[in-house]
Amino acid sequence: MRPSAVRLLNILVPVKRAVDYAVKIRVNPQQTGIDLNVKHSMNPFDEIAVEEAVRLRERMKDAVKSIKVVTIGPAKSAETLRTALAMGADGGIHVEIPESAPAPEPLGVAKTLRAIVEREKEKANVDIVILGKQAIDDDMGQTGQMLAGLLNWPQATYASKVVIDEANRVAHVTREIDGGAEEVKCKLPVIITTDLRLNEPRYASLPNIMKAKKKPIEKLSPSDLGVDLTPILETLKVTEPPKRVGGGKVENVDELITKLKEAGIEAVKS
Amino acid sequence: PHALVFLEHRGGSLDSGSLSAVTAASQLGGQVTGLIVGNESEVPAAIEAAKKVKGLNAIVHCTSPQYTASLPETVSPLFEKILSGSTQYSHVVSAHSSSARSILPRVAARLDVPAVSDITSLEHDASASTTTFTRPIYAGNAIATVRSPSSVPIKFFTIRSTAFSAALCEEGTSVEATSIDPTEVADPPSEHVKTSLTKSDRPELGVATRVVSGGRALKNAETFESTLYPLADLLGAAVGASRAAVDAGYADNSLQVGQTGKIVAPELYMALGISGAIQHLAGMKDSKLIVAVNKDPDAPIFQVADVGLVGDLYQVVPEMIEKLKQ
Repeated sequence: MRPSAVRLLNILVPVKRAVDYAVKIRVNPQQTGIDLNVKHSMNPFDEIAVEEAVRLRERMKDAVKSIKVVTIGPAKSAETLRTALAMGADGGIHVEIPESAPAPEPLGVAKTLRAIVEREKEKANVDIVILGKQAIDDDMGQTGQMLAGLLNWPQATYASKVVIDEANRVAHVTREIDGGAEEVKCKLPVIITTDLRLNEPRYASLPNIMKAKKKPIEKLSPSDLGVDLTPILETLKVTEPPKRVGGGKVENVDELITKLKEAGIEAVKS
Repeated sequence: PHALVFLEHRGGSLDSGSLSAVTAASQLGGQVTGLIVGNESEVPAAIEAAKKVKGLNAIVHCTSPQYTASLPETVSPLFEKILSGSTQYSHVVSAHSSSARSILPRVAARLDVPAVSDITSLEHDASASTTTFTRPIYAGNAIATVRSPSSVPIKFFTIRSTAFSAALCEEGTSVEATSIDPTEVADPPSEHVKTSLTKSDRPELGVATRVVSGGRALKNAETFESTLYPLADLLGAAVGASRAAVDAGYADNSLQVGQTGKIVAPELYMALGISGAIQHLAGMKDSKLIVAVNKDPDAPIFQVADVGLVGDLYQVVPEMIEKLKQ
């Protein structure tokens, strides 16, 4: 006999297109930002989030009904959605903003995501939102917590292990914290943010990249969702960090020890 | 301005990051109130510790069994109560710790204000009610200067502990400590199961004045330990590791230095067998004296090192230990 019907899970994965992690960034001469005419790719922590959603479905099979990815950004962000679709997501939502628009802030992004969660309700409730712990461009690390606050959902930040108990509608999450790890149990619906060691994202195969081209992407504007993405904080300038003058070399251990002693560094015990 | 500083504590003593947060809050130029939240076995000792902290003008504290684990879902409603209505507070400040940075943005969003993360300096303009911050972006490869305008009634920010010295503690100061009622959450949606902290007799990585770090060249967990630990102990240093060493299983997660690990800025940072990937440099390049030992003369770590030695660490480290002992 089948157990009583368990409601199938719908997962939403917000992703951000960011300057590729391997690019050595340069501040622009006007000091208004950095040179963005460089390689971009999916924010690495968001890639881990997409991977985790796909793995949840691989582990839980039919219990996961849908994996939807969402991005907020200019036209080119559609590429990031395609990457996520090639990894295994079913469909995408693109909240498009003009190329010239300033980068949205975490609060604006969280409000947009809340609006999407509310909108999805008409079709199916979102049970899990899983996203990167931070984007490697602005390094704010707030969006997940803000979304959890706005929705008044539980949150599990910096996840290194996620187990979903769909029958009891509970998420067991191991979190990386200062000095160790913490385990929490959260009721669904839940917000999870990913840390580095949650998984290693897959490379999409060519057939899956081809298939991803046929998957649906819905286009929306911020006004469709009734949200305003105008930043509240004013960025006055962006500058190069103070240059560190390194390059000092010594020939042997004796010289190294001398340098340490000059800096007042000696053994604390013998 | 009147800042509310979230004072984190463990076993009754205050986290050093919170003491740095007090220093940052003092720089706003107004009142500074410390907030202590916890259960009844910790809060009294934390209050006593906080009373000695220079720079605090007042302490408010709140005790409940629900606050034992400091979960965002249970602590946020308390913050909201303190900060709602015609609150006296203009700023909410904390260290950029894993706990505080999980809580503060949640509260900020519920109050419909932005938050500024991981700041390294600040300047408050009292007449204009604006606060200007600097903060690293792109893993510290650029510095953004951002202004929180007067339209933001309560300005939330977390501070990078290495950028602000810890507030001094002294005997004999006595600031008023006021108790406030907890905001109990009925049927909390989340539950703390357990915490496992990595035990070590060495100084804590994030606050140590000396750090000895190892990279992939340490080969395995045994050689990582047998090579690095004697040197670290001789110097009274904390042990750190590159992401490569952590991913390869040589060292625990909690030892990782870099963009996604700990940000450190000790007096001495010794990088042994670490090539110096940009993500690693982001975590240590503010150290005062950087010493690097690497076989590869072209390793990027040498570009930031004050003292670089090209050589085999398996010869250099034992020799260094022997000569430091003399």
